[in-house]
Formats: sequence, structure tokens, C-alpha cells
Amino acid sequence: MNWMEYISFMRLELVLLAVLVILLIWKVGSDEALNPIVIQLINFSLLGVAILAFCCPVEGTLFGGMFVATKMAAMQKGILAFAAFLICLSANEWLKKHSNYLEFYMMLIAVLAGMFYMISSGHFLMFYLGLELATIPLAALAAFDFEKQRSSESGVKMILSSAFSSAILLFGISFIYGSCGSLYFSDVAQRAGSEPIDLIAFGFIIAGFAFKISAVPFHLWTADVYEGAPVPVTAFLSVVSKGAAIFVFTSTLYSVFAGMQGSWTLIISVIAVVTMTLGNLMAMRQKSIKRFLAFSSITQVGYLLIAVAAASAQSYTSLIYFILIYVFSNLGAFAVVSVISDRTGKENIGDYASLYKSNPSLAIIMTLAVFSLAGIPPTAGFFGKLFLLASGASEGMVWVIIIACLNMVISLYYYLRIVKAMFVDKREDPLAQIKLSHSELITLVICVAGILATGFFSQVFDHISTVTFGVQ
Amino acid sequence: MNLTLLIVIPLITLLGIMLTRSAHAARVTALVGSIVQLGLSIALLILYQQARTEGNDALMLFEVDHVWFEKWNIHYHIGVDGISVAMILLTSFVMVAGILVSWNIATMTKEFFFLLVLLGTGAFGFFISLDLFTMFFFFELSVIPKYLLIAIWGSGKKEYSAMKLALMLMGGSALVLAGVLLLNYQSAVGVPGGTYDIMILSTMKIPMEAQLFIFPLIFVGFAVLSAMFPFHTWAPDGHSSAPTAASMFLAGISMKLGGYGCLRVAMWLMPEAAREYAPIIVLLAVIGIVYGAFVTLHQKDIKLMNAYSSVSHCGFVLLGLGMMTLTSTTGAVLQMISHGIMTALFFAVIGMIYERAHTRIGSELGGLLKVMPFIGSVFIIAGLTSLGLPGFSGFVAEMTVFVGSFQVTGMFYRICTLLGCMSIVVTAVYILRASGISLLGPVKNPEYLKLGDAKWNEKAAAILLVSCIVIMGTMPWWLADMVNASSGVIIGNIPLMQAPE
Repeated sequence: MNWMEYISFMRLELVLLAVLVILLIWKVGSDEALNPIVIQLINFSLLGVAILAFCCPVEGTLFGGMFVATKMAAMQKGILAFAAFLICLSANEWLKKHSNYLEFYMMLIAVLAGMFYMISSGHFLMFYLGLELATIPLAALAAFDFEKQRSSESGVKMILSSAFSSAILLFGISFIYGSCGSLYFSDVAQRAGSEPIDLIAFGFIIAGFAFKISAVPFHLWTADVYEGAPVPVTAFLSVVSKGAAIFVFTSTLYSVFAGMQGSWTLIISVIAVVTMTLGNLMAMRQKSIKRFLAFSSITQVGYLLIAVAAASAQSYTSLIYFILIYVFSNLGAFAVVSVISDRTGKENIGDYASLYKSNPSLAIIMTLAVFSLAGIPPTAGFFGKLFLLASGASEGMVWVIIIACLNMVISLYYYLRIVKAMFVDKREDPLAQIKLSHSELITLVICVAGILATGFFSQVFDHISTVTFGVQ
Repeated sequence: MNLTLLIVIPLITLLGIMLTRSAHAARVTALVGSIVQLGLSIALLILYQQARTEGNDALMLFEVDHVWFEKWNIHYHIGVDGISVAMILLTSFVMVAGILVSWNIATMTKEFFFLLVLLGTGAFGFFISLDLFTMFFFFELSVIPKYLLIAIWGSGKKEYSAMKLALMLMGGSALVLAGVLLLNYQSAVGVPGGTYDIMILSTMKIPMEAQLFIFPLIFVGFAVLSAMFPFHTWAPDGHSSAPTAASMFLAGISMKLGGYGCLRVAMWLMPEAAREYAPIIVLLAVIGIVYGAFVTLHQKDIKLMNAYSSVSHCGFVLLGLGMMTLTSTTGAVLQMISHGIMTALFFAVIGMIYERAHTRIGSELGGLLKVMPFIGSVFIIAGLTSLGLPGFSGFVAEMTVFVGSFQVTGMFYRICTLLGCMSIVVTAVYILRASGISLLGPVKNPEYLKLGDAKWNEKAAAILLVSCIVIMGTMPWWLADMVNASSGVIIGNIPLMQAPE
């Protein structure tokens, strides 16, 4: 194996680390005037990472199996990098006003690198290292509006709950080591399930993951953290961070704990049903749009868990497909929220009344995004959600499917509330007309294009399935 | 004929409406688009009849089949039989009339016509789909426009009604979705990976146990749309709050999606279960008919009256379907078309009256026939169609349902049929009373003497729908034969009723 191969396996991480180092050096002796250009360069380096992930995928292992590069991992990293790119683009206006915006990028790139290592890990220690790298800067990001009390509070909540869940996860991993004598995924996969203690270990690991993906009953931190954090960070938490956790959770289940499938299908189905139902019921009562989106994202996780429980090549494809669509639809919604929060500082659903009168294009984009989250055609969310359900149905999960279908009705109620506020409700002092900057406009156009096109073009789904089929 | 045109034309219209700059341009675009679509539907009818007379006896004509999502075995599969052709005709007539009637919408004109055409697009796509996934896609597509049409342009407690309607219809479609997915799961026994194709599923024998579970999901899911008792409560609220054109679309097109879905999906694909559940369907249908009729008697608001009478009339559709004889099923389809056109006409006229008199309470009107003779006469024509006067379409349709229902032996079915027949008398009472109070007699309010008669657009809409009613009432055979041949295929699958022991 030559050094070229080493680089090509870890190329995404290396690019990120290079950007990070350059940023640090730039920060020391920088020319402030050039900063806006630097920021755009970083944005496009993220896009570059995403493109690099999708083209020329190579497979192989590094460091004696600690780091595994697969086509699947490359695709997942590509989706996450692309989502991070969209978030940075839409956060541009907000960041310009912030005094320390270079730090935002440093932490964000560190988080992303951590997620990449987590996804590519072939060993529990590597996995844990990536997880922590992805968590601790994220808590700092949540507290990034440090002059605001809510933001600091959100950062503290984030770090405490993350530490708690990491501890649980570590505890589970220690049990695994005790029973298997190895922390390599491949070794554990062969032995897991043979001892009763594996079940306990597995329970702890599931609980740890459930924290990260905010599945019920480990969801309590979500809404508070989301509400306090700055909007772009909330977007990052709900899309990139959640997506990464789901990816890792799924691949761990399918590869490491494949032997114990009998015991986790039922557990995860139950968690799925409870998560979507509770998320729905809580989302109905929210007044703040950020809390609302937090609970709606909990519901979406519930739907995703159906595909996780189904555990087939179809369901794995649907899962990645759904997250891709979720990136577009949720970031579309967050981009609108971010623009409005940046210009007017308003973050309540009531403030969106008569938005269509003053800002028709923002209202239409928000409507499309919300419909995509609700799974209404012709948006891509319809296809994404339907395929998740279909993958569950093709494994014969009858009652889960029926409950999930009924949950779609409940969720329609609160998604329609947003639409109603924007189109129907009258308000004396509607929000002023907002002029979009170029980067915001690009984000919104990409999101709308994604929302409308990803569903109709079956090539997207077929492309993902070329990677997922044959994994198991 | 390329059926995809039926979706492409509305899509082009939608695009055109989006690009227009003025309100006038938007409505002209919508009208032109819908007239082209009407022309296309008539051409489809002629081509279909030609193909049939030439002896083409394939189940579906003009089929197109493209693979869409290969991994899920989802196809873009379209095709029409007699029933779908009839439904497409109905949809395009109602669409033209609805757009004509709402010519003077003042607020957010562009958006209004956009949503109307979007609703129509969903309906057209639904009627031509032969793949359950594509069908469901179009079915859902038509839910949200209704919400927005009512919530933005409606009157009265519009937000409540719109939300109630959206949630109930969405509940229906959730049941349908669950049913469709489970049907796909069941089909995996015969086709690897399962199929959504209606044509393949109809030839497949789905195990009885599964049928008994899935049939109610799909049937009830669709029947919510055609206001089956006890899932009818969205209809009165929705209709009474909706703007005129939305009421016309809702009753004329959208409620028909339900009946069509019950027949095409539930009954065709799960015939054995349909037979098992027949008594329950008939019972609920009759309750709907009788209950709807009596509730209508108590309505003072003429729009609400028509909304409740829709519940009663749609009960005839379900009664015809539930009896499951060839004649009764054909009657049910005819009733869907007749009721679609009649009710659209009724809502249009009521809208015209309301626009002028600013009240819909029957007793506050009076003597309107003198003031606005055109509108008054159309009101009476619509009323007479509703109560089933021979010569109009209502008679043909209801008569066929009753004749078909009487062919079913058994005490229970006989009683149900009789009860259904007798409700016609109640219909006559409320229709004649409403016409009498609001149209005949002296003009109660002197202000009304200043009111004008129908304008060109309203006349055009009314004449279009009235001519449909008369053509269908006097020459029903071409339509009936076409529908009969196709419903024969569906009914042929359903096992005969076992003789009572």
C-alpha cells in the first residue's frame, strides 16, 4: 500500500484538517478586510468535500482496521458535508455581524471531521474519539451567542446531556470488551449475542445512541438546546448532527450487532412508534418556531427508526434517501427561519402571520419545506416518507405502519398551522419586506430545487441503492 | 391517444398562471387551459368509443407503462376504461364551469386559480393511474389545495372547516396508504419484491385473511372522501365555508375520487372481502341516505341544504357499490357523474344568489325568479335534477341504482333498498320548499329589485352544466353502455352472494 492510497482513503478528513489548520494560522496574523473572502472560500471548500466524497469512491482500511473507508461511508459523509455547506451559506449574514466568526468555522469543521471519523471507524475507540470530537465543539457552538443567556444555557445543557449519554455509551462499550475481548467491530460482530452480558451492553449502547438521535424517552434535552442555540447551530444540530448519529447507529446495528437482530427489531419498532407519537403531540403545542422544528425533527427520527428496524437493503437505501431529502426540506425551513430571525429577531410562529403579504417568496419556500417535512406531494418528502413506510411494510410490520400513517395526519395539523399563519392569519404589523443576500438566495434556491427534484428523479434513489445493496 | 397529455396540459396551465403578471391574464390562462383540457377529454371519449366499436376489448385502453422506481417496482402506469373516461369527462366539465364562475375573485386571483387547477391536476392523474403508488401520489396532491382554498377565500368559520376537512381527508388517505402498503406486502408472494400495479394485483389471489384486514382500511379511507356515514361530518362544514368554485370542485370532483377509489381499488382488488363486507357497506350507505335527507329538511341556509343533500346523494353511490350487482354498480358510477354535475350547478347558482343578495337563508330571499329569471330557472333545473325528475340525469342514475339493488334478494337488502327509495320523497320536500321560499312569491326585500341577472361567465357555466344534465338525462345509453362494460369486469370478480339458508 503506498501513500497515495493512504491519502485517498482519508481524503475528506485530510481536506477538513487542512482547512482547519489554515484557518488557525490565518486567525493569528490575519487581515480583517479579507475575512469575507476567506469565509466564502471555506464555504466552497465544504462543497468541495461533498463533491470529493461523491466522486472517485475507494474502499480500504487504515491503521490496522481502525479506519474503514467504504463507498457507503463516503456517500454519508458527502451528504453531511453538503448539509454543512448549505448551513454555512445561509448563516453568512448572521456571522458577518458576529465578532468571532472565524471560530464558528473552526468549531464547525472540527465537528464535521469528528463525524467523519465516527462514520469511518472500525473500532469502538476510534468511534468514541470521533464522537467526542463531534460533540464538545458542538456544545461550544450552541453557546456561540455568548452575550445571550439562553445560548449559554443551551450550551451547558448540551454538554451535560452529551457527557451523560457518552458515559452510558462508554459503559456499554466496556461490557462489550469484557465479553468479547476486542473492540474491533469485526471481532465483536462475530461474538456478540453469545453471552447474556452482551444484551446488557447492547441496551446501554442503544440508550447512548437514543440520546444522540433524541429518540423518546431520551429526547428531553432537544427542545431546550434547540431553542437557545443560534439558528444556524440549531439547523446543524437537527440535520447534520442527527443525520450523522443515525448513520452511525444504523451501521453499528447492521454490522456489529447483526447477530442480535432478533432482539433489537422489536425494541426499535417500539421506540419508533413512541418517538413519532410523542414528538407529534408535543409539536402541536409549541409557539416558538425553533422548538416546533425541534419536536418535528424528533418525529422524523421516529419515522427513520422504522427503516432502521426493518433492516433490509431497501430500508437502508430509504434511510439515506430520506436523510438527503430531510437535508433539503429541514434546511429550507431553517434558512427561512434564519433569515427572519437575523433581520427582525422574531422567532415565534405568531410572528409569521401575513408573511405571504410582505414576503411572498419566503412564505412559498417555507410552505414547500413544511409540506416536504409533512410528506405531501409533489415535494420530495412524500417519496422519502413513503419509502420509509414501504420498507417497514415489506418486512411485515403491520401495526407500526398503521400507527405511522395515522401519525402523518397529526403532523399535518401542526404543519398546516404554520401555513395558516403565513397565508390566512391577519396581523396589524406584519414583518417588513426582507431583502435577501446572494448567499441566502443560493441556499434557498438549492433547497427548493432539492425539494422538488429529488423525488421525481428516481436516479437519486437508484444511485444510493447501488451503494447499499450488497452491504449486508 | 397519449394519456399523459391529460396531466401535461394542466401542468402547462399551472406554469402559465405562475408566469402571468396580472389577475386578468391568470384567469384567462386558467380558462384557456381548462377548455383545452375539456376538448381533450371529449376527444378521449370519441377515440375510446371508436376503439371499442372496432372490437378492441382489452381491459384498459391507451396504456402507457414506464418504470419509475425500479427497486420498489413502482411504475408510471396509466390507462383508461369506461369508468375512468366518464370520470375524466365529469372533471373537465366541472373544472371549466368552476373557473368561469369564479371569474370575479378579487383577492389573490393568481393563487386562487393556481390552486383550482392544481386540484384538477390531482383528479385527472388519479383517474388515469393504474399503479397504486402513482394513484396515491395524485390522491394526496388534491388534499392541500382544498385546505388553502377554503381557509383563504372561504366565509364563516372557514379556518375550522378547512382544518377539519384537511385532517379528515388526510385521515382517509392515511388509511388508504396503510392499505396500499400492506397490499404490496401481500403481493410479494406472487411477484418478487411486491407490486403496486393494479392490473397485476387484480389477477392475483390475495389470501382471505389479508383481504379481510386490508379491505376496510382502503374502503373506509376512500369512503371518507365520498362522505360515508359516520365520516361525513367534514362535508357540511367544508361546503358551507368554501368559496363557490371550491364547493363545486369539492362536491363535483373530489367526492368522486372516493367513490372511484372504492370501486377501482378496494372492490376490484379484494373481491372476496368486498362480498363479506357488503351488508355493512349497504347499511352505512342507507343510514347516510336517510339521515342526510332528514338533516337536510332542517336546514335554513340553502348552501348547507345542498351540502347535506350531497351526503344523502353520495349515499346512493355507496348503496349501488354495496349491492354489487352489475346494474347497481353501473348506477353508482352514473350517480357519481350525475351528482357531480348537478351539485356543481347547484353550488354555482347558490353562489350567484349569495353574491347578489348577500344571504343564503332561504326565508330571507323570496321572489327571486322575477328579479333574476335566468338564475332562478337554473336553480329550479338543478333542484329537479336533484329530486330525480325524468328527463334529467338524476333520474337515470338513481333509477339504475334502485333497479340494480332490487335484483338482490334477501330481506335485509330489500328493506335497505326501500328505505333508500323512500328518501326520494324527502328530497322532493326540501327541494320544492327551498325553491318555493327563495324563488317564488312576492319579492320580500325591495333592495333585491335592483339586483341584476347572470353575467356572461355565469351564463356560460350554467348552460354548460345544464346541457350535460339534459344530454345525460335524455340519451343515457352511450354513457351507460360504456360504464356497464367496464363495471362488468370489476363485478365479475366478486363472488355471488350465497343463497340464504
